[in-house]
Amino acid sequence: MTVKQTLVVIGNGMVGQNFLTNLTASPIKDAFHIVTFCEESRPAYDRVHLSEFFAGKTAQELSLVEPGFFEQHDITIHIGDKASTIDRDAQTVTSAKGIVIHYDKLVLATGSYPFVPPVPGHDRPNCLVYRTIEDLEAMQSAAQSGKIGVVVGGGLLGLEAAKALKDLGLETHVVEFAPRLMAVQLDEAGGAMLRRKIEALGVTVHTGKNTSLITDGADCVNKMCFADGEELETDLILFSAGIRPRDDIARDCGLEVGARGGIVIDNQCRTSDKRIYAIGECALWNGMIYGLVAPGYAMARTVVADLAGGHPAASFTGADMSTKLKLMGVDVASIGDAHAKTQGAMVYTYQNGASEVYKRLVVSQDKKLLLGAVLVGDASGYGTLLQYCLNGIDLPENPDALILPARSDESVGLGPDALPMSAQICSCYDVTKDAVCQAIEAGCTTIGALKAQTKAATGCGGCAPLLKSVMNSELAKQGFTVNTDICEHFAYTRQDLYNLIMVEEIKTFDALLEKHGKGRGCDICKPAVGSILASYWNDYILKTEHLGLQDTNDTFLANMQKDGTYSVVPRITGGEISPDMLIALGQVGKKYKLYTKITGGQRVDLFGARVDQLPHIWKELIAAGFESGHAYGKSLRTVKSCVGSTWCRYGVDDSVGLAIELENRYKGLRSPHKIKFAVSGCTRECAEAQGKDVGVIATESGWNLYVCGNGGMKPRHADLFATSLDKATLIKYIDRFLSFYVRTADRLQRTSVWMENMEGGLDYLKSVIIEDKLGLCGQLELQMQHVIDTYQCEWKATIEDESKLKRFRHFINSDQADDNVVFVEERGQIRPADETERKHFTMVEVA
Amino acid sequence: MTPWVDVCSVDDLQPDSGVCALVDNLQVAIFYMPRESAVYALNNYDPIGKANVLSRGLIGDINGQPVVASPLYKQHFNLQTGVCLEDEAVTIPAYAIRIHNDRVEVNTRIMTADIAMDTTSSR
Ligand code: SRM
Ligand SMILES: Cc1cc2nc3c(=O)[nH]c(=O)nc-3n(C[C@H](O)[C@H](O)[C@H](O)COP(=O)(O)OP(=O)(O)OC[C@H]3O[C@@H](n4cnc5c(N)ncnc54)[C@H](O)[C@@H]3O)c2cc1C
Ligand code: SF4
Ligand code: FES
Repeated sequence: MTVKQTLVVIGNGMVGQNFLTNLTASPIKDAFHIVTFCEESRPAYDRVHLSEFFAGKTAQELSLVEPGFFEQHDITIHIGDKASTIDRDAQTVTSAKGIVIHYDKLVLATGSYPFVPPVPGHDRPNCLVYRTIEDLEAMQSAAQSGKIGVVVGGGLLGLEAAKALKDLGLETHVVEFAPRLMAVQLDEAGGAMLRRKIEALGVTVHTGKNTSLITDGADCVNKMCFADGEELETDLILFSAGIRPRDDIARDCGLEVGARGGIVIDNQCRTSDKRIYAIGECALWNGMIYGLVAPGYAMARTVVADLAGGHPAASFTGADMSTKLKLMGVDVASIGDAHAKTQGAMVYTYQNGASEVYKRLVVSQDKKLLLGAVLVGDASGYGTLLQYCLNGIDLPENPDALILPARSDESVGLGPDALPMSAQICSCYDVTKDAVCQAIEAGCTTIGALKAQTKAATGCGGCAPLLKSVMNSELAKQGFTVNTDICEHFAYTRQDLYNLIMVEEIKTFDALLEKHGKGRGCDICKPAVGSILASYWNDYILKTEHLGLQDTNDTFLANMQKDGTYSVVPRITGGEISPDMLIALGQVGKKYKLYTKITGGQRVDLFGARVDQLPHIWKELIAAGFESGHAYGKSLRTVKSCVGSTWCRYGVDDSVGLAIELENRYKGLRSPHKIKFAVSGCTRECAEAQGKDVGVIATESGWNLYVCGNGGMKPRHADLFATSLDKATLIKYIDRFLSFYVRTADRLQRTSVWMENMEGGLDYLKSVIIEDKLGLCGQLELQMQHVIDTYQCEWKATIEDESKLKRFRHFINSDQADDNVVFVEERGQIRPADETERKHFTMVEVA
Repeated sequence: MTPWVDVCSVDDLQPDSGVCALVDNLQVAIFYMPRESAVYALNNYDPIGKANVLSRGLIGDINGQPVVASPLYKQHFNLQTGVCLEDEAVTIPAYAIRIHNDRVEVNTRIMTADIAMDTTSSR
C-alpha cells in the first residue's frame, strides 16, 4: 500500500467545493488524504442563486454540499477556521485557530471580496456588500428600518442587488461611476436602452456620478455627497463596484501575484510553486480574473486531471465570458467581443425604439465569422449567436438577418444539426454536443435522463432549450418515435389502457398491472388508471382497492394547501345560493375558523381545515344540504351562469336553470382533466362560456353549443359546435362529447389540447358526435347514463362509513394535531404563518 | 440504544398507501405494500414543500426503487434511503421499521442508511 499524500484546499466556496466533488469522483481520490479550510460558518453554497434567499430560499436549500459528503469521503473540513499562513519550505498551512497541517499538494480557492471604494464614510452603519448569506441577512435587517436604498455600481451584480432592494420594499437608486450601465458588457446604445427599461421599473439611475463622501443624513441614516455637488439621502448603501481577488495568503508566502492582484497561474492552474494550485476567482490566468463560475469549474477540472498525471488535454485555455440574464425582467445578453475591439471588426446594429429592443452584431472583416454581440430587450437569439461565435460557424450571406425581426416564413435559427460535434452545449458543466449524442445513444431519451447522465442544464439552466432541441433532432435522426407510454409501468397510452379496461372488464389497478404492466406503479399511472376505473365503473373512489391510486386531494376529498391543511368546496350549482344556505356556510366557516373566499368559479372556498376536521365540517355541511363540489377531483368543477332571462332585461333564456341542470347531470364524472362549463343567457356572454370546455349561449332560436375553450395557462377561445339546439339535443351532444373525451384524451389533457391534437380537429369531432361517423354514439350515451345513475356524494358516503373515517387523523397513534400548522390573522381571517412569523408571532387558536 | 417503539397494528396501516405516526416526538410516515409485505418509515416532513405531508403521498416504484411522491410538488423520495430522486442533495431521514407479531415497530435511532432493512415479517 502506498502512503497517502495530504492535499489541502483553502476555501470551500463554489469552486473549492466543485473541485472536491470532481476529485472524489475520480479514481485518484484514493491517493490523497484531503483537508479543507472553510472560513465561512457554513460549507459551500450557491452564490449564483444567492438573490433567491430573499424569495424564501434557505441557506440549507442553497447548499452545494450533499448531506454526508465530507464524512463519506473522509474529508476533514475545518468550518469557521481561516487559513492564515503558508510556510512553503516546511510545506505547512497554519490556521487562525492554530491548526498546523503539512501538505503535499495545496489548492487555493479563496475567491474574491467585493471592492469598496475608499470614500470617506464607507464604513458607516448600513454600508454593506453583497457576497455572503450574512451580507444578505444584514441587508434584510437594514431594510426593515429604512425607506431608501442605494446600490453603488451599475454592473451585473449591482443591478441584481438593486432588484433585491426593490423587492425588500425600498425606494431604490443605482449610482454608477461610468457613463452607462453594465459598462463591461454593453456599448453606449445598449446601456441607454437598458437604463430606460430599468427606470421604467421604478429604479432611479444616476450615471457618471462620483461619490466623494458619506456622512450623517437628515432624514435617513446616511447621506451621499457626489463630486458634482449633488446629494442623496439613503438608509442603506450597497457597494457593488467590482471584485478583488483574495490573494493575501499567496502574496505573504511569496507566490507570484499580478500587478493588480490575482494569483498567477499557468495552463495547468499551477502557481509559481508547482506544489500549489490556484483556482476560481482568486486566480489570474493570462492577465485575466474570471468573475464567473463556469471558468472556475473548468480550472477545478484541470487540477483534478493534472493531479491524475497530467493528461495533455488537461489544460485551462481561457473561458468564454458571454452572459445572458434577466435583470428585473429585462433580457440582456453579451457575447464575445461586444465592443468590437478586434482589428477590422464590422458592426451591425438594430434598434427598435417602440418595442425597446437593441441588438448589435460584431463580425470579422470578411463577414464570415461572428466575433461578438449585444442584445437588450430580446435575447431570444442568444443560443444561436453564441454557437456561431464559439464554434466559428460560417455566417449567412447577410449576417444582419440574425438580428432583424423574423419575417413570416424565413427562419434564420441555427438548427442543432448545424453545430459541430465539438460545440459546447452546456458551459456550466462543459458538455459538448458529442457527449449529449453519446448519452442519447446509450439510452437517455428524456431530458431528465440526459440531465442526470451529463449534468447539462443542471447549473444555471440557460442551455436547457438548446439541449432539448439537440435531443429532439438526434432522436428523430436515430429513427426514434417519441415514446407515448404513459410511464415505465405500462407500455400503453391512456387510451390503450381505457380500451383494455373496457374490453377485458378489468376492475382494479392490481389486475391491470398483473396482466399488462410491470413493477408497482407510480404517481403517474396510478391516478390515471384510478380515473379510468372511476369514469368507467363509477365505483366509490375510496374503496380499499382504489384508495392507493388517488392523489391526496382525492383521498381526503379536499384540496391540499401549501401548509398541509385542506380547503373545503361545497357544490353551489350554477352559482345560485339561498340566504339560508349562505348563512349555514358562514356558520361552519365561523365555527371552524376557516378562511373564506369567493372562488373564480362562482362558489365559496373554506381554507385551513386540518385533516381531522374534514369529516366534522362535512357532516355539518351535509346536514345543511350541501354536497361535495369535487374541487379535488379531475372531474366536473363548476357550471358558471349569468343571471339570465329571469331577471336580466336582455336575457333570452333561463341560463341559471340550465346551468343547474347541467351541473347536476355531470357532477362526479371522472375525466382525464378537470372540466368546466358555463351558460350565458344572451350573446353579451356574462358567464364567459366561450372560455370553457363546454359553453352554452342562449339565442332567440335555441341554445348555441361551444366546445374546447380554456382559460388558465394557455387560453383558448371555444369553437362553435352546433347552433339553435333544443335542450334535449343539446344534452345529447354534451353526453357524447364528454364520453368521447373521457375515452380518448391523454392524462391531464384538457379538452382544448385534446381537440388541437386530434387529427381532423373540429370537423372530425362534429362527424363523430353529430353524424355518428364511428357508430359509437349509442355507447357513448349509455356510458354517460351509467355514470349519472350511479352518482353518489363521496362525502356523504364517507361520513357514513366508520372504517373510512379512520384515515382522517393526522397521527395513527395519537390525537395530537400537526404542530407545524400555524395561522396568523390578516384582514380579520386566518392565513398560514410564514417562516419568520412561525417563530415570532402568537398563534391564533383554532377550534 | 432505545428499544423498538410499538406503533400500531398491521391492520391500522393503509394498504399501498401511507399513514403518519408519532414516535419519540417525531412525525413518522409509514408506508405499506402488502403484496411485498414491505413497510417503510420516513420522516413525514417534506423539506421542499415545507409541510408535514409525506404520509399522504402516492407510493410506487421508479427504476426499481420504492418511492413516495410528495403530494405538494411531486418530487419522489426513495422509501429506503430518503434520498430525493430529483435532487440528490435533499434527503429525509429514513428510519428502521419492522413488523413483529402483527405489530408495527419503529426505531428512530437507527437510520436505514446504517443497517440492512429488517422488513421480514413474522406473519
Ligand atoms: C380556488 C380557485 C381560485 C380562487 O380562489 O378563485 C382555484 C384554485 C386552484 N386552481 Fe384554478 N382555481 C379556481 C378557478 C380557476 C379558473 C376560473 C374558472 O374556473 O372560471 C381557471 C381558468 C379557467 C380554466 O380552467 O380554463 C383556473 C385555472 C387553473 C389551472 C390552469 C388550467 C389550464 O388548463 O391551463 C390550474 C392548473 C391545473 O389544473 O393544472 C389550476 C389549479 C388550481 C389549484 C388546484 C392549484 C393547486 O394545485 O393547488 C388550486 C386549488 C384550489 C383549492 O385548493 O381549492 N387552476 N382556476 C378557483 C376555484 C374555482 C372553483 O370554484 O372550483
Ligand atoms: C450575488 C452574486 C451573483 C452571482 N451571479 C453569478 C452568475 O449569474 N453567473 C456566474 O457565473 N457567476 C455569478 N457570481 C459569481 C460566482 O458566485 C463566483 O464566480 C464564484 O462563487 C467563485 O467561486 P470561488 O470558489 O472562486 O469563490 P467563492 O465562492 O467566493 O469561495 C471562496 C471561499 O473561500 C473562503 N476563503 C477565502 N480565504 C480563505 C482562507 N484563507 N481560509 C479559508 N477560507 C477562505 C471564502 O470565505 C469563501 O467562502 C455571482 C456572485 C454573487 C455574489
Ligand atoms: S391562479 Fe395560481 S395561485 Fe391563484 S388559485 Fe389558481 S393556481 Fe392558485
Ligand atoms: S449552461 Fe448553465 S446549466 Fe448548462
